[in-house]
Amino acid sequence: MPKRGGERSMVPRAEFGSYYGRPVLKRPRWQAPHLPGYLYFGGLSGAAAAMAAMADATGRGRLSLTGRVTAATAAAAGSALLIAELGRPERFLNMLRVFKPTSPMSVGSWVLATHGGLTGLSAASGVTGIAPWLGRAAGAGAALTGPVLATYTGVLMADTAVPAWHEGYRHLPLLFAGSALASAGAVGMAAVPRGQAGPARRMALLGAGLELAAAGTLEKGAGMREQAELISEPYRTGRAGTLLRLGRGLTAAGAAGTLVAGRSRTAAVVSGLALTGGALCTRFGVFYAGLASAEDPKYTVVPQRARRATGA
Amino acid sequence: MSDSLYGPLHDVAEDAGYADPPARAGFFTDTSVCIGCKACEVACKEWNAIPDDGFALTGMSYDNTGQLGASTWRHVAFIEQSRPREVGDGDGGTRWLMASDVCKHCTHAACLDVCPTGALFRTEFATVVVQQDVCNGCAYCVSACPYGVIDRREGDGRAWKCTMCYDRIGDGMEPACAKACPTDSIQYGPLDELRERARARLDELHAEGVAEARLYGEDENDGVGGDGAFFLLLDEPETYGLPPDPVVTTRDLPAMWKWAGGAAAALAGCVAVSFLGRR
Ligand code: SF4
Ligand code: SF4
Repeated sequence: MPKRGGERSMVPRAEFGSYYGRPVLKRPRWQAPHLPGYLYFGGLSGAAAAMAAMADATGRGRLSLTGRVTAATAAAAGSALLIAELGRPERFLNMLRVFKPTSPMSVGSWVLATHGGLTGLSAASGVTGIAPWLGRAAGAGAALTGPVLATYTGVLMADTAVPAWHEGYRHLPLLFAGSALASAGAVGMAAVPRGQAGPARRMALLGAGLELAAAGTLEKGAGMREQAELISEPYRTGRAGTLLRLGRGLTAAGAAGTLVAGRSRTAAVVSGLALTGGALCTRFGVFYAGLASAEDPKYTVVPQRARRATGA
Repeated sequence: MSDSLYGPLHDVAEDAGYADPPARAGFFTDTSVCIGCKACEVACKEWNAIPDDGFALTGMSYDNTGQLGASTWRHVAFIEQSRPREVGDGDGGTRWLMASDVCKHCTHAACLDVCPTGALFRTEFATVVVQQDVCNGCAYCVSACPYGVIDRREGDGRAWKCTMCYDRIGDGMEPACAKACPTDSIQYGPLDELRERARARLDELHAEGVAEARLYGEDENDGVGGDGAFFLLLDEPETYGLPPDPVVTTRDLPAMWKWAGGAAAALAGCVAVSFLGRR
């Protein structure tokens, strides 16, 4: 137990009261692998759709087909995970009962439904060759919904009372954008012949860079408004800290491999796997950081007390 | 639906779209007279037909309930405190705090803001209630509530919390907990009246020398625009397991969307840039 006004120590321990050490917040009911899995697939689908549309526009047939199929498959997989996570999965259509701008999950459900439909159409057309103009139009539409789908999830997590998620509202969308770019680039460069995969490799590189930069600032709490060191602690410690460090290693290795992936298909596949692993670790890490942040009352109480003391 | 996400709001029900609503209903829980009998917990369970949520001995004084949750809509906290006191200072320097906690029916309720199905809604009494036939158990509300009140009932799959006895107050009756409370620690009525009564009670206690008495959740300038259910406490809020300065998460939602918009544009820009060049 921390002493009140006791001896000084090198690292000042947070002193705060609590009710038998119990958390103030409820433990999020979202679970792994559903929620982090959805974050990954949503990001992959969104960035892959944008990749496919650009490949269409620049006459890269193989890359377009891979992007379309990836976008549709990932949207379906993400939706399945979301539905499986509901307490009442048979009521999933209630997500489209209203449109509520104050609920990121409502906005996200509409985006996901639209995006899922568009990517499904464009993939079906791409695979069967039926109505190619419709496939291209749907694909162009999905290039607009895709970036939203890949980044709104940052708002989804941040719009909670969980301090590590809430105070990460500046970082999470950028982190997820980078991670999504890397994920889609990874699939593209692993699945498409080297000659057509240049854009996928560049997406992977840009994405990895953004992911590493955003994760770095999030872990340090850079840009958080108050008690940044304390509130960002769950991103550095415990299971989340381990996952995020592992993710950083995988993403950096994947990015390095991507530099030579233009010369060897093996390097492309291995780098793609590393980037995918990094993206998954990032999503799971962010998820577990939130659980740790909700479970220890100090993350809720100490910053709020400090805020009250300063009258801010 | 309300357009305001933050700050004081006087006509909560009007803001939610009711034309001529009744006065805002509230709870004032004066913990200074609570005797820890748990009549409120029992009455709530009985009236609302809430299932049990386990029989456990927690070791937390007389509190074997633990916390509010999907199947606990009133929770009596017990805090035993022994502090060094002056000689001749009453009964041996031990004090026992008891407090009946409940959903705060926030002016700006995060649970309601984030609910994607519209299951959570604002009643004409400005209280916050879950429509059980609509909730699909997405659990967003669980992570959004800054007080850790609402939870999903496992097995059932839906979110549950205090309704301020919507079925009773609509018929002019007081909620079951307030009805059962033998000391009037739980008072139900129009929120404005309760706030006045609470301020008078606070002055009385301060005059008696109970300097540590304070109101919690009555200030409409706080982070949730004031609570429909507020309290008189005898120690810091966190001692009772309450957050000292809760803020409705949707206060920052406009800023969040801006950052997400920027990130989406960055993503699209990165894809476009990647397609420059012929290889
Ligand atoms: S206390 Fe929590 S559950 Fe109750 S109205 Fe406020 S946000 Fe909703
Ligand atoms: S669990 Fe039910 S009440 Fe809570 S946000 Fe989801 S749909 Fe709304």
